[in-house]
Amino acid sequence: MSVWITLKQKLSPIFLALVLITIGNGCGNNNAETNGEEASDSRLGIIQNRGNLVCGVNGQLPGFSFVDENGEYSGMDVDICRAVASALFGDPAQVEFRDLSTQERFTAVQSGEVDLLSRNTTWTISRDTSVGMEFAPTTFYDGQGLLVTKASNIQGLEDLDGQSVCVLSGTTNEQNLADRMRKLGLNYSPVVLEDVDLLYGAYEQGRCEAATSDRSQLVARRAVLAQPDDHEVLDLVLSKEPLGPLTANGDTQWSDAVKWVTYALIQAEELGINSQNIDSFADTEDPTIRRFLGLEGNLGEDMGLPNDFAQNIVRNVGNYGEIYQRNIGQPFNLERGLNALWTDGGLMYSPPFR
Amino acid sequence: MMQDEKVPLWRDSRVIKIVGQAVVLAMVIAAIAFLGNNLVNNFQRLNLTFGFNFLDRSTSFGISNPPIEFSPTDPYIRALLIGLLNSLRVMFFGIIIATILGITVGISRLSDNWLVRNLAFAYVEILRNTPLLLQLFFWYFAVFLQLPRIDRPLVVGNLLFLTNRGLDVPWFITSGQTWLTLGCIVGCILLGILAWNKRIKAVEQGQNPQLWVWLLAGSAIATILLFIFGIDWAVPQLQNNSITGGLNLSPEFATLLVGLGIYTAAFIAEVVRAGIQSVSQGQWEAAKALGLNSSTMMQLVIFPQALRVMIPPLTSEFLNLAKNSSLAIAIGYSDIYAIGNTISNQTGKAVEVLLIIMLTYLTINLIISLVMNRFNSLVQLKER
Repeated sequence: MSVWITLKQKLSPIFLALVLITIGNGCGNNNAETNGEEASDSRLGIIQNRGNLVCGVNGQLPGFSFVDENGEYSGMDVDICRAVASALFGDPAQVEFRDLSTQERFTAVQSGEVDLLSRNTTWTISRDTSVGMEFAPTTFYDGQGLLVTKASNIQGLEDLDGQSVCVLSGTTNEQNLADRMRKLGLNYSPVVLEDVDLLYGAYEQGRCEAATSDRSQLVARRAVLAQPDDHEVLDLVLSKEPLGPLTANGDTQWSDAVKWVTYALIQAEELGINSQNIDSFADTEDPTIRRFLGLEGNLGEDMGLPNDFAQNIVRNVGNYGEIYQRNIGQPFNLERGLNALWTDGGLMYSPPFR
Repeated sequence: MMQDEKVPLWRDSRVIKIVGQAVVLAMVIAAIAFLGNNLVNNFQRLNLTFGFNFLDRSTSFGISNPPIEFSPTDPYIRALLIGLLNSLRVMFFGIIIATILGITVGISRLSDNWLVRNLAFAYVEILRNTPLLLQLFFWYFAVFLQLPRIDRPLVVGNLLFLTNRGLDVPWFITSGQTWLTLGCIVGCILLGILAWNKRIKAVEQGQNPQLWVWLLAGSAIATILLFIFGIDWAVPQLQNNSITGGLNLSPEFATLLVGLGIYTAAFIAEVVRAGIQSVSQGQWEAAKALGLNSSTMMQLVIFPQALRVMIPPLTSEFLNLAKNSSLAIAIGYSDIYAIGNTISNQTGKAVEVLLIIMLTYLTINLIISLVMNRFNSLVQLKER
């Protein structure tokens, strides 16, 4: 773990808050000057002019966003960013990733440092309203779990009475844990760390009896512990954690674009279109598919995107099922569960492309 | 009309002075107005409001080892208060550790003993020239987390438990009995001081001090007995992989305290060395001529004079320590900065929380400066 990254993380919330909220108001000024013209008013126009998308990610979480030793990003959250870039520019590589800590993420969106946050972030009412975020559809339905050592014989929250629990600061996990323990009338002492690597390091050293986070994160991090077999993720779901991408509040055009790019991934899977077979749909007669792929109508153009945005997404990144399988299903053996299509009993459902 | 002496306006020093000040003032006001305007615009753009009402809302997060009672239903303002107390705790003990260690190392730097001198030299150079954050990670991961795990604690006489979850020591329960005993202990100590003074006076006046010596010994024994048996002690107990009762000093607290203390001590050591070396050679020679041995010489002649030079830079080191304590966030100690950060993350009130944190550090540091300046004026040469 790099010391400098942590130093950067430590300083940047304040730095961002101070410098960017006060000075970095490029789009704020634009708002006032070009009120008449809608295209340059929105962040969508700014991104299109700039030619690349700035996407805030985690960077430390295998399966969602993880930087490998060559500096390559991979994961589900990363693929969402690439899907948006494909929709905007037809090129999934036009993304600049920014690693953000849990503490930095909302400030980075508020201040406009990132265009889009795709960082396993839970959709909650307060984040949607008072924090000033605008959530796109959920891309991963998760729940909070507990990671413990097998030797500890911990079965549930009751066994954690009087124990210490490692948790990331500024997360919904921190609050859910407090709520659940309060409800059960149990005492615990939270060890609140700011860095994901540091958190699992401290857990591994035995600083805390359990680590709590979203189950997908626990499964992914367990795989990279020194002795994965000594640890287990308890079969226990503490909360609802719908994770998805988000943008800043108050820019409908941009947030609509992100919203429908996300839906396009789900819709593509429902229509049976994937990155392998997409070319075979070029001369399809099915009006739903023709509209979806931009072969007729102008759904994309009305939104400010190229008309064939959905085509580009599927061709470059794949549909939702492919993204899931590639990043989470296959590496971690995690069932689709709630994340299956609604037609398969899951919650993934796209409104019609009409 | 003084036509012959007329100076052009742009070379008139009175005009230049006034205009210069007006220009600087206008620039400062413009900068503030610009920033303020941006802030207002951006708040509007994001549909955010500015205000401190959120401080009454309940936190719904937990804090480990709070110095005063805390539950997740308490408001944010109380969480900030806990953060403040945690910060002050680290600053206070950190300054004490850094000062004692710094003075020791600083004097050792000038020792006649080769080994002591060079050890002190190595200490200063290594600690002064590596980043504090790196040192904190070292203390946290390589030292405090490597202590025995909870299932195999290091126990001293069933009273002290040392694990990588902290040091658990006996601590008193705040009950009526404890307060009563503490009151008695204070009484005993006062009695002891009285007896000591009386004894000295008795010796000076050639009387028999026997009575006062007995009284002194009696009050000392009473204090010790009261301390051990009178106070309502809570002794830590290990059961089910958790230690209950007593006081837990967390590894995060220990890391920060040790890390800050040892790091700042290296700087203080240099201040002390510089202070001592600034005392003129004549003072050393004069003290030697009086036949003082080296420790008395240091204590009575050199150090008091060095102190005058040392205090202003020492103040800066204390201020640095206070501010560096905000590195707590890196190792998960809940100081005011860490808690403020969590609050701003939960509420989205980054600017408000930032203001609170800034004002807090400003106030703490101004108080430290004030105390140190007062101390400085006490030790300065009194010029009459």
